[in-house]
Amino acid sequence: MRRMLLRSAVGVVVLIAIYGLGFGVEAGFTEYVQRIILLAGVNIILAVGLNLINGTTGQFSIGHAGFMAVGAYAAAFVGVKIAPGLHGLLGTGSVADAVVFNLALLAGALFAGISGLIVGMPSLRLRGDYLAVVTLGFGEIIRILFNNATFLGAATGYFGDSPSGLPAYTTFFWVYAWVAAIVVLIHNLTFSQTGRSLIAIREDEIAAEAMATPTTRLKVTAFAISAATAGIAGGLFAHMQAGVRPEDFRFEKSIDMVVMIIVGGLGSISGAVLGGIFVAVSLELMRDLQQYRLVLYALLLVVIMLVRPQGLLGNRELYQLARKPKPPSTPMEGM
Amino acid sequence: MTQFLQQIINGLSLGSIYALIALGYTMVYGILKLINFAHGEVFMVGAYTGYYAAGALGIAAFEERHQSFPLYLALLVLIAAMAAAALLGVLIELFAYRPVRNAPRLTPLITAIGMSLFLQNAAMLVFSPNPRRYPAVLSEVRFELFGVIVTNIKLTIFVVALSLMLGLHLFVQRTWTGRAMRALSFNIDAAKLMGIDTNRVIRSTFAIGSALAAAGGILFGLDQITINPLMGVLTGLKAFVAAVLGGIGSIPGAVVGGLLIGLAEQLTAGYLSPEYRDAITFVILILILLLKPEGLLGVVRVEKV
Repeated sequence: MRRMLLRSAVGVVVLIAIYGLGFGVEAGFTEYVQRIILLAGVNIILAVGLNLINGTTGQFSIGHAGFMAVGAYAAAFVGVKIAPGLHGLLGTGSVADAVVFNLALLAGALFAGISGLIVGMPSLRLRGDYLAVVTLGFGEIIRILFNNATFLGAATGYFGDSPSGLPAYTTFFWVYAWVAAIVVLIHNLTFSQTGRSLIAIREDEIAAEAMATPTTRLKVTAFAISAATAGIAGGLFAHMQAGVRPEDFRFEKSIDMVVMIIVGGLGSISGAVLGGIFVAVSLELMRDLQQYRLVLYALLLVVIMLVRPQGLLGNRELYQLARKPKPPSTPMEGM
Repeated sequence: MTQFLQQIINGLSLGSIYALIALGYTMVYGILKLINFAHGEVFMVGAYTGYYAAGALGIAAFEERHQSFPLYLALLVLIAAMAAAALLGVLIELFAYRPVRNAPRLTPLITAIGMSLFLQNAAMLVFSPNPRRYPAVLSEVRFELFGVIVTNIKLTIFVVALSLMLGLHLFVQRTWTGRAMRALSFNIDAAKLMGIDTNRVIRSTFAIGSALAAAGGILFGLDQITINPLMGVLTGLKAFVAAVLGGIGSIPGAVVGGLLIGLAEQLTAGYLSPEYRDAITFVILILILLLKPEGLLGVVRVEKV
């Protein structure tokens, strides 16, 4: 009971701190820099979520932009449709906006999570790398679907019902409040017993199964959670601009996410946070070198794998830096 | 009925291209248990090599004079593309896959994704991102058969693909290297203990698979008229699904799977909507993973601790 009170108190303090910081950011930085800061937040959510399945569980998804797209479209659509009703109920103040926004984000998470279940169930029953191929296909197909969905604006994108486009709900406070919530959630999950089971699946699936770990169920659950967080990030991203367009969620976006978690260190939450910031900043720095960016990212991936496959932090967290990294595990092949 | 037959003809020729590419996926997966994501890009590079080889052999002059390209030059184009792709495949294996062969499972997978991405984007820089019209290495002759329009191009695609596959079959079954490949895919450690130079056999596997993909690339260019640096992404994905459908690791499976995917795609485009032609492959992949993950001709392997 006391622990719970203490934790809630810490949570409230963190939220107030983010709220205060938001004022500082809005006063101290140009809109351009503010946008990068918001994008970094969205990236952190994406990276921490993707790391749960790719890093902690060892099942590689390379189509997470697809789940982000589902979340973005669902959040935008639901937000637009429930806003009139809720505004009638709660007035048109900022409280009503906050309620609409967060319900929309949760709807995005729900839809993305359900698509995660649909994609994950057939592909995660099996051992091996089928998830990579299935998610690659999913990311492409979902974009074709949105491209042809006329009620969502087809190729032009979805801009809501009002001529000014989607309401700009996404502020520093909301982005980083969700960042905090998701980092805490994923952190607690990773360091719980379930998290240990996920790591066991990554290290040796057959051994994990022999220890009575329900491997398929855990893999699918982790994947659905990961997809849902990508959905939240999608919803936040959607309300940063006037609309959602299919080409915002191309294969490059999925690759950006993979780069985020590999640079920081697969399996490390703080690594994912650093990776998210790295990609947001490097995207801006390389704006004029667009055509070289992906070549460089691709080389970065290959070189990291050849030279330092554990990434910047390995599977450690920032606060564990003093600890020696665990040597990469080599499953006993051919035994 | 004629429309149905027409779709079947088109499906078989498209499917034989998928089958050629699927062979490379299935051979590498059979031995290394690695999805060689860069294989689709080897296919693309093969198509581009054919494009430039045909240009170097002076195809523009023939096209201007409305003459058909001589057959021996067309064969030369094919051989040049296959050789270049084989070299590329061997280099990819040497520099990207061999150093991580014994690393944890995810490392080679990420390397493969990185290689694929690198080749795609390097190709956009080198070849320019714009699609190109493929030179008419073979001039088209149309004829009617029972009311169905058949072109010599579709027939050639089918025949070339089939003879290459037959050649591969003989190679794998009758030669020493072929037998070594089968030994590796059965148990790589045991094969090593029997004195097989695994590096050499893996190198030949990559060379052969890549050469077949390059042949597929040229046939694809002939069939679809245009090529672009991203053509390997979706085609590679479809060929991989073909390999899974037939049973990954199985060579006859890749052929059957490729033909079935080609047929499914053409029938979907003809009877449902052309927009769903790419989606159907994905539906097939989900179904096969749910219902028969070992594939049509694959063997169930018991996992042992």
